[in-house]
Amino acid sequence: MEYELVCGLETHIELSTQTKVFCSCSTAFGGEPNTRCCPVCLGLPGSLPKLNRQAVEYTVLAGLALGCGISPVSHMDRKNYCYPDLPKAYQISQYDVPLCHDGRVMLSNGRVIRIERIHLEEDAGKLIHESGRTLVDYNRCGVPLIEIVTKPDFRSVEEAREYLELMQLTMRYLGISDCKMQEGSLRSDVNISLRPKGSEQLGTRTEIKNMNSFTFMERAIAYETRRQAAILDAGQCVQQETLRFLPEENRTEPMRSKEDAQDYRFFPEPDLCAVTVSTEEVERLRAKLPELPQAKQNRYRQQFGLSEEEARLLARYRKIAEYFEAVVSHIQTPKNAANCILGQIFRRLKTEDDKERAEIPVSPDALAELIGLLESKKMRIDLLKKTLETMLDMGKGCMELLSPEDLAGISPEQLESLCRQAIDENPKAVQDFRSGKEKALKALLGAVMRQCRGCADAAETEELLRKML
Amino acid sequence: MSVIRRLHSLMQNRKISPQELTEYFLKMVQEENPRLNSCITIADKTARKQAEEAAQRFEQGSYTLFTGLPVLLKDNLCVQGLPATCASRMLADFVAVYDAAVWEQLYSDGAVLLGKTNMDEFAMGSSSETSFFGPVRNPRNETLSPGGSSGGSAAAVAGGLAVCALGSDTGGSVRQPAAFCGITGLKPTYGAVSRWGLIAYASSLDQIGPMALCAEDAALLLGRISAKDSRDDTSRGLGQTAPLLREPVTGKRVAIVREMMEGASLPVQKAIEDTVQRLHTLGISVTEVSVPVLRYAASAYYIIACAEASSNLSRYDGLRYGHRSESPAASFHEFVCRNRQEGFGEEVRRRILMGTYVLSAGHHEQYYQKARKVQSLLRRELLAALEQADILLSPVCPAPDFPAGKTLADPVAVYQTDLCTVAANLSGLPALSTPSATWENGHPVGIQLMARPFADGDLLQTAYWLETTGTRPPYPESVRVLMDGKEEF
Repeated sequence: MEYELVCGLETHIELSTQTKVFCSCSTAFGGEPNTRCCPVCLGLPGSLPKLNRQAVEYTVLAGLALGCGISPVSHMDRKNYCYPDLPKAYQISQYDVPLCHDGRVMLSNGRVIRIERIHLEEDAGKLIHESGRTLVDYNRCGVPLIEIVTKPDFRSVEEAREYLELMQLTMRYLGISDCKMQEGSLRSDVNISLRPKGSEQLGTRTEIKNMNSFTFMERAIAYETRRQAAILDAGQCVQQETLRFLPEENRTEPMRSKEDAQDYRFFPEPDLCAVTVSTEEVERLRAKLPELPQAKQNRYRQQFGLSEEEARLLARYRKIAEYFEAVVSHIQTPKNAANCILGQIFRRLKTEDDKERAEIPVSPDALAELIGLLESKKMRIDLLKKTLETMLDMGKGCMELLSPEDLAGISPEQLESLCRQAIDENPKAVQDFRSGKEKALKALLGAVMRQCRGCADAAETEELLRKML
Repeated sequence: MSVIRRLHSLMQNRKISPQELTEYFLKMVQEENPRLNSCITIADKTARKQAEEAAQRFEQGSYTLFTGLPVLLKDNLCVQGLPATCASRMLADFVAVYDAAVWEQLYSDGAVLLGKTNMDEFAMGSSSETSFFGPVRNPRNETLSPGGSSGGSAAAVAGGLAVCALGSDTGGSVRQPAAFCGITGLKPTYGAVSRWGLIAYASSLDQIGPMALCAEDAALLLGRISAKDSRDDTSRGLGQTAPLLREPVTGKRVAIVREMMEGASLPVQKAIEDTVQRLHTLGISVTEVSVPVLRYAASAYYIIACAEASSNLSRYDGLRYGHRSESPAASFHEFVCRNRQEGFGEEVRRRILMGTYVLSAGHHEQYYQKARKVQSLLRRELLAALEQADILLSPVCPAPDFPAGKTLADPVAVYQTDLCTVAANLSGLPALSTPSATWENGHPVGIQLMARPFADGDLLQTAYWLETTGTRPPYPESVRVLMDGKEEF
């Protein structure tokens, strides 16, 4: 039997606000355990939450970037359950009226993924298991999270991966999260079910929780698809359950009772007033949206003539894209800037973090100046590369490093005399060319280049030689 | 002259020093507390230090009306460095790490904290008898309960251990003990006073309220503690009410709430009738109004209060603080269950279970959501009634008091007596209990006044004027001595 994979994603993203969602503790990652806590995020008796407006703004930005409608009035709700990492034994979240709703994202294969909702909530603490005991660190407790829920629109593992990478890129572009899966600022749960190809009905779904790496997610979906297919092939029913993925064993297994059929007894949070977002505020935030990655990639390809790969790489890091665009505004051929950045500059920005930070010792203006010399034919490409290396090493401008001779180039008279010299010194090549061998021109060109150490422009020289012959 | 003003004048005119005043009341507390059990913690060391600070402020001329004033706070209010037990085994060893907003305000004015008062456990009760630290006695008549849950504060003020105290009111817990002990107690409009530092019972119903010997003192205390606090999103603050107390009340319209008169005992009926007569002499008309949905008020209250309480008390698991069982547990789940079973008393456990039930899947709609609808209807009906009248008059409780020990026998019967008081909490309206001129069992019977949101001043003003007709009971002996200006203390 051929099955179709039907998949939905629930993605949690930690917002990089200055302070936590309900108190003024820092949201910085790491730190000595239980040093970034206060009565509010510890839920001490008598403490009360106060909503961080920046977290609301970041949530709205995420919603706008994903094409969502923004609820003008929503509220927070209590989600009640007991676990050591949750000090109040309830999480303040949003249940029936989320901040954002009904968005959409288009993938590269044309598939539309519908975003059902985005809501704001608080993160729990972290459990650390070591030498037979479990410790709790509440630093993370109260960090703002947005939960993005899609409808079950995914039909392949690749689509799920592409979507998640797009989420990561988009949130980084908006500057609202660093979305590092390894640090937990991006986590995803996957809902998977299978159905016979052609069927419209949804099968029974299982939920794989808390995937914190792209590869693990791919493997988990692949495994779970095989597992469910085997069950259905045997004529049995898939159990609706919550699973975790075991990367070392490359399989899923049911999670223990924490997540079993929990009744969260949701009710509106009485300590917080309604969350209102005015149309003015929505428009103000909409105006703050940067050009988003997909739009930027398309523009790079159409407007600058870059390849898909070049556009993808440059648009992947917002600061790199900004750098690139700053250089491009001062030169004629964007490809020149792309080559410098994707080649020599990227070689020095070894890690993802380095590329995100984009600390390049050469300013966009300095790079534009250098490329300008290439484009005005005062310089050849190898000299440019050599100079750029030195500029990156020393942080100096190109004019400081180049001598007048380097830039002198060849005057028309000099070029003419060099061509004449080449013609005179290579009679066989001349004869070959005159009798129709185009390739012989290259030999003459090579001779000229050798004489001037490559300072002449190849196309110009060729043309001159032709004329003279 | 009000007691607070009188004491202030004595200190201002150097007739008595803040230290002497604090010693005076500390002595009262030491002497009377064993009998009344109104205080869980007596903060004598810090009180003496605060009295010193107050004396310095008088020296420097930087004093206010509250400088040197000895007060008591209910033990569900946080004061840094002092236990905040909520009269529960669960928090018996819990020491607060920050100050409640209301204490910040009083302390910044130089008030002196004598101690923390006894109460029903986690504010759940109407008799102050569910306390882990033993029941509170009514100083007017020790065969009676002082009422609850702010019974310790009421008993202390009525007994002259302090001139005023703060309590908390979720379903009547300031007004009912005020009525049972014969003092004045106000539940402010919801949001008038910040709940930062009030250990929560039912967040959408809780308010901190002043308990004092006269309306003016209640007004002065309210004026100091009410404020919009950025830490409490539900707080709005309130303007000063004391300046308007002496404005004439002629022309005000009062209406008796018919449904709240049902089941009222004879003394209570008499108290209402007597009040009506006095209101007439003040030029106030009295009519009657019907609020039919009151029939469901007590049920709606218990559903909503218990639901919120079940959530608010979930944090008490013994992991970070609070009671930890001696018996070892095999799992986190068992650990939590043991700690809570041991840490909470029967009434608290009863309400947590009820609250969990009414929120649970399958029951959520028919209980919790329905109760919220009743709440919404009640507020609408009361606000409509308050368009026909400025103030609603009613009993505080169908009975003038409870005998000591009665409430533990039949909790649900007691729930139903909350009918008169819960309406104000459910609707967010201000409500006040003031003594009438009718006495029963050794104490004046209290009557309740309710008004529109943020019209707390109207209540205090009306109560003040009723006092002028002779309803105010004599002050406790310790206070009378100070008021009469006798030099020997």
